[in-house]
Amino acid sequence: MSNQLTIADKSFGSRLLIGSSSYPNQQIMLDAIDASGAQIVTVAMRRINVAGGGESVIDLLRERYHILPNTAGCYTARDAVLTAQLAREAIETNWIKLEVIGDEETLFPDVEHLLPAAAELVKDGFIVLPYCNDDPITCRKLADIGCAAVMPLGAPIGSGMGLRNPYNIEIIRDQVSIPVIVDAGIGTASDAAVAMELGCDAILLNTAIAKARDPVKMAAAMNAGVNAGRLAFEAGRIPRKLYAEASSPQAGVIGA
Amino acid sequence: MSVQIKLNGKGRTLDAVTIGDLLRLEGVDADARFVAVALNGAVVPRRQWPAARIAAGDDIEIVKPVSGG
Repeated sequence: MSNQLTIADKSFGSRLLIGSSSYPNQQIMLDAIDASGAQIVTVAMRRINVAGGGESVIDLLRERYHILPNTAGCYTARDAVLTAQLAREAIETNWIKLEVIGDEETLFPDVEHLLPAAAELVKDGFIVLPYCNDDPITCRKLADIGCAAVMPLGAPIGSGMGLRNPYNIEIIRDQVSIPVIVDAGIGTASDAAVAMELGCDAILLNTAIAKARDPVKMAAAMNAGVNAGRLAFEAGRIPRKLYAEASSPQAGVIGA
Repeated sequence: MSVQIKLNGKGRTLDAVTIGDLLRLEGVDADARFVAVALNGAVVPRRQWPAARIAAGDDIEIVKPVSGG
C-alpha cells in the first residue's frame, strides 16, 4: 500500500480527510466516514443554540477520529483567529483548518485576510492547515509563514467541478515542501484520483460524499480513488506519446 | 444588578455577575464538554468561568462544535 500521510508530527494511514456536514442523517454520516477510511474529520464552530439539545457531533466522532475544527463562515482575520482559539479551548486541539472567505457566492478565500490570520495562529502555537486559492505564490507564502500544509481548492466549495487548474496544482506541489491537500471542488472518485496522480498528498472533501445519491458507496469510491491515484503517482506513469508502441513482440508473427 | 450585554450577537439584559452565572442562566451545564466562551474578543478559559466578571456592554460568545466541512 502507499505510504503514510504526515502532517506536522502526526502520521495517518489514510490520505482522505472528510467533512461531517450535510449527510441525510447521522447514521449515514457515520457509515460514510467509516467507508471513506478517513482518519481526520472536520467540524465547524457555531454559537450554541440554548434551546437545542441532543447528541453533539463531537461526541460521536471524538473517540474514533482526529478532529479538525475549521473557521468556516469567517470573513475577517480577526473572526477566524478567535474562532480557532475557541475551537482550541472547546476541543482541546491546536489543529485548525483555516478558512477566511471573501465572498458568499464563490466562497473563494480572501488572501488579504488569510495570510495575517495564518501568521498569527502559527505564532500562537497552532498547526495551521489553510484553505487557499490554487495560487502558487499564496501557497508558498503560507508555507513560509509556517503552516503545516496548504489546501488549495480544486474548484469552488460544493461545486463538484473537479480540478479546474491541474497545472497550478502541479506547480504548487513542486514549490512547497509541506503536504498539499486539495480541498474543495472534488465531484467524483476520478477527480480525487487525478489530484493524487499529480502528487498531491491528500484530499479533503465533504459535499461529494454527503450529497451523493448513496453517500456510503461514494465514500468507498473516494477511498479507492484516492488510493489508486496515490499508488499511480508512486508507481510513476509512462510518458505520453503521440504514436503507438506495440506491446506484443514484433518478431515471429506468422505470415511475415 | 442587571447589566446590558451582547450575547451571541444579540442584545440581552440579565442578572449575571460572572461568566459562570451567565452559563447557569442560559441552561448551559458548566461541566459540559466542548463549550468555549469568548469575552470581548478573547477566549475565557474554562477554569476562569466562575470568576470572570461581566460588565455592561460586554460582548460575549458561547460556541460549540457542530457538523462542518
